[in-house]
Amino acid sequence: MRQLLFLLPLSTFILLAAYFGLGLTKDPGLIPSALIGKPAPKFDLPSLMPGEKGINEHDFKGRVSIINVFASWCVPCLAEHPIWMQIHNNTSIPIYGIAWKDKRESTMRWLEKHGNPYVRIGYDPLNVFGIEWGVYGAPETYIVDKTGRIRFKHVGPIFPGLWQSQIFPLVEKIRAEK
Amino acid sequence: MKLFLIPLFLMMLFATSAEAVEPDELLEDSRLEARARALSVDIRCLVCQNQSIDDSDSDLAKDLRKLVRKKVKEGASDEDIRNYLVTRYGEFVLLHPRITSDTYILWFGPIVILLAGIIGIFTFFLRHSKNNSIQPSLVLSEDEEKRISELINNRG
Repeated sequence: MRQLLFLLPLSTFILLAAYFGLGLTKDPGLIPSALIGKPAPKFDLPSLMPGEKGINEHDFKGRVSIINVFASWCVPCLAEHPIWMQIHNNTSIPIYGIAWKDKRESTMRWLEKHGNPYVRIGYDPLNVFGIEWGVYGAPETYIVDKTGRIRFKHVGPIFPGLWQSQIFPLVEKIRAEK
Repeated sequence: MKLFLIPLFLMMLFATSAEAVEPDELLEDSRLEARARALSVDIRCLVCQNQSIDDSDSDLAKDLRKLVRKKVKEGASDEDIRNYLVTRYGEFVLLHPRITSDTYILWFGPIVILLAGIIGIFTFFLRHSKNNSIQPSLVLSEDEEKRISELINNRG
């Protein structure tokens, strides 16, 4: 045992190198959200559509909801848009939209052109919601459970594969909770 | 010939880092502004991850700079502002991680490894020098001494 001690520095080095090497293969853009498991932060946004009801954090209580931060200038938002249309047409999961850092007319025109999958849309040109919820780019998607807690956050577009394999099962699981 | 290098060198000497803060963001009170600057140097821009919000030109960095200034103006303490950001963006938003139970390894790991190394080297040499002094093979026996003196004498 004693004689093998000289191998300790080498094996430590190999272990560390493997650990750091593995770290290099990961996407540094993936930052765990600080809000997972916490109650949805307070906010109060007017509606994008003139004359309609706005959104605040109490709207999410009682049902599992999806909150999607989007903008008409955001290309990946357009890329993920079909999945929201599909979810809107085929399921009863409510999707709330946050029109982020955008002009009202531009967002409305964009929705007219590509379809509106949202039950309600909050208008956030000044990034008020964004700061409260720790948004750092569009698109961003949150899942809030019945008690109003944030359970999941995804940064970047959601494609059908990710929805089928991870997000939909998670929504189903959270929906089954009492 | 190399004279032209002198102005170049002087330019490099007096160059200051480019700042992203725009004139309209500055606070009027220079004391508060200085505090806001000191704070923002330590806050990570989450879009261009290895820049502080003070350096970064991104939209998010601008929003956060404005937010920091608004809070400073409202009289929030540095710690309040940091906490505000950490609860929303996570510990990652600080470029200088705080010492908490999560970051003990980060802060103290290197010191522990260094100490272990020093202790290791110390004990290694200590044991060696001890071994040397008592190793019987290194001390000549009476017979050996006799043979050596014989050999020396024979040569003469």
